[in-house]
Amino acid sequence: MLTPEMSVDMRTYLAHVELPNPITTAAGCAASGAELSQFFDLSRLGALVTHSITMAPRAGRPTPRMAETPSGMLNAVGLQGPGIEVFLDRELPLLADRGARAVVSIAGGSVAEYTALARRLADAPGVTAVEVNLSCPNVEDLGRVFARDPAASAEVLASVRATMRYDVPVVAKLAPDVADIVAVARACVDGGADALALINSPLGMSIDVETMRPSLAAGTGGLSGPAIRPLAVRCLWQVHAALPGVPIVGMGGVMTGRDALELILAGACAVSVGTALFHDPYACLRILRELEDLLKERGFERLADAVGLAHRPPGAGPRHRIDLEESSL
Amino acid sequence: MGETAVSPVQVTGTVLTTRRVDAYHALTVVAPGIAERFRPGHFVTVAVGGPHTSMPARRAFSVHDVKPDYGGTVEFVFAVRGPGTSWLAERKARDTLDLVGPLGRPFPLPRDPCACVLVGGEYGSASLFALADSLQQRGCRVDFVLGAASADRVFGALRARRMGETTTLTTEDGSLGLRGRVTDALPSVIADARADVVYAAGPMAMLRGVTAVAVEFDIPVQVSVEEAMACGYGVCMTCVIPVIGEDGVTRMVRSCVEGPVFRGERVRFEDVGTIPFDALGAPGGRAQEGGAHTRNVS
Ligand SMILES: Cc1cc2nc3c(=O)[nH]c(=O)nc-3n(C[C@H](O)[C@H](O)[C@H](O)COP(=O)(O)OP(=O)(O)OC[C@H]3O[C@@H](n4cnc5c(N)ncnc54)[C@H](O)[C@@H]3O)c2cc1C
Ligand SMILES: Cc1cc2nc3c(=O)[nH]c(=O)nc-3n(C[C@H](O)[C@H](O)[C@H](O)COP(=O)(O)O)c2cc1C
Ligand code: FES
Repeated sequence: MLTPEMSVDMRTYLAHVELPNPITTAAGCAASGAELSQFFDLSRLGALVTHSITMAPRAGRPTPRMAETPSGMLNAVGLQGPGIEVFLDRELPLLADRGARAVVSIAGGSVAEYTALARRLADAPGVTAVEVNLSCPNVEDLGRVFARDPAASAEVLASVRATMRYDVPVVAKLAPDVADIVAVARACVDGGADALALINSPLGMSIDVETMRPSLAAGTGGLSGPAIRPLAVRCLWQVHAALPGVPIVGMGGVMTGRDALELILAGACAVSVGTALFHDPYACLRILRELEDLLKERGFERLADAVGLAHRPPGAGPRHRIDLEESSL
Repeated sequence: MGETAVSPVQVTGTVLTTRRVDAYHALTVVAPGIAERFRPGHFVTVAVGGPHTSMPARRAFSVHDVKPDYGGTVEFVFAVRGPGTSWLAERKARDTLDLVGPLGRPFPLPRDPCACVLVGGEYGSASLFALADSLQQRGCRVDFVLGAASADRVFGALRARRMGETTTLTTEDGSLGLRGRVTDALPSVIADARADVVYAAGPMAMLRGVTAVAVEFDIPVQVSVEEAMACGYGVCMTCVIPVIGEDGVTRMVRSCVEGPVFRGERVRFEDVGTIPFDALGAPGGRAQEGGAHTRNVS
């Protein structure tokens, strides 16, 4: 039995990179980190995932960009941002100064654009990992979203992997609203992804019954928050079952430590927090504390022992997790 | 007109009092960290729905008043609109509320004494009294123009009458003061007071009209805008409006951190709800020549 003073080993690995704990911000939900650092020291996060960086500045989509929905929200921000040059000049150095482990999310409209972004990041100091946001329309394929096309996703990952420094892990961020998420996940790993991140926000829509028009100016938007958690758990479950050796960053509606544990049991070795940050600037630290308490209560000495544990055969006792750990990491 | 940014804090505050003021509700919450950092024009955000809420977005409210009682209290005034404000209207003394604040760019104050006209629409006037207080402490003259659709929606008429050199009230239905809008009354108030500056808070359409009047008189105008927000502290990028920067370039800026107070002439009111074609990073615009795609990306 663990005594209450004993702490759980919360370290986790994104490929070969060690993070002190599994809780990160989700892309696009913590801007570039400066705002959160008013509330706490960014080095306390497992990592800070930036908003998706594009080559050129982007003004994003018109407002309204946000509509609250039951236990969630729709957003259509449209990747507003200053572009890679300003990011490298101002935002990334600030993260490094503040001791944050920066995972840089990138978004492009073609394989060439993702590659160009990777080239700009390749010799930038302070990049802990690169996350490739695949929920972007491919301008060379009539705007078909990369994340829905295993071959195009693999091509992006192969090119980014070949361009980035070997010691910086490349993470493929997947969308849930695809025909076969396992096929896309496998294609990304075959292409060279060191890890996977899922889920991005599935497309949804709401209509204002007063104005009798769509609530968002863009019509559709990404659905996030607790409403999508079951979708995230299903996707994690399927991908972890198919690719048990691949580290997965799980996300989708995590508001509490309990929710983080659910995603970890499904197969995530790290957990990103998005919409919860809008509700509570301290969400990441609170979730980390709650997760650690829950693991302690359940007798875990190491976070790693809980990863994917829900996949053990029915009836298998808690001891079984030792076997699973060996087969899963 | 300089101001320094203050860091917001998160406070679990106890509700001290609740009251009804005509069409509005007012909640006073013990929130020392927020009260001591407050400057006129700041706002707070409130988590609504309690634990396990189905409403993840925070609700933004201008701070009406801060008082030193109990280490510092914050009062905000609100109209019931949807589920979040309905929940807030049910709060009772001794309930707790999760507040973050103070947020946003406050009203800049003039260095030297001058004549100021303060224009408030609906609950927008709630943020003007702390401002009037600061202005008067600096020896400024303050005149009020407050308006709303009907008498019960004009907030703070009594207090304005007590504080202002003059107070002009307008209602669209004529149930109080002049029949019409604040912009109908504003030109003569500016002229009579020989106003040097206008401050305004209220609906976007009113701010647009007030800015047009101030531009006509060639005097500066500071407006406090209200754009739908989810986080209130700059991370969600949903609250943007097109604003012309010092360099003449239009950017989509976050009204929660760069605002909510802006120089009226810099806000492109007619383009709110669009991405102006000449905004930095607009689809197809010059700024995208770097090679980025111009399609929508989710
Ligand atoms: C800087 C600022 C100051 C404000 N000050 C006041 C005030 O002093 N008194 C007052 O009554 N109201 C104020 N508002 C408006 C207030 O935030 C909204 O009325 C409130 O969020 C509505 O919530 P609801 O759940 O009742 O309504 P719903 O319409 O159901 O809200 C749904 C969602 O939309 C968002 N939302 C909708 N309308 C607005 C809006 N106009 N502004 C911001 N978010 C919106 C909410 O955050 C929520 O996520 C202010 C808004 C801002 C941005
Ligand atoms: C306002 C907003 C902006 C987002 N921006 C991005 C982005 O730039 N890149 C990206 O890969 N995902 C983006 N996402 C998706 C989140 O990273 C996350 O995958 C999703 O919201 C699910 O997690 P959550 O329920 O905890 O928010 C965004 C989500 C929201 C709500
Ligand atoms: S409300 Fe989230 S960035 Fe302004």
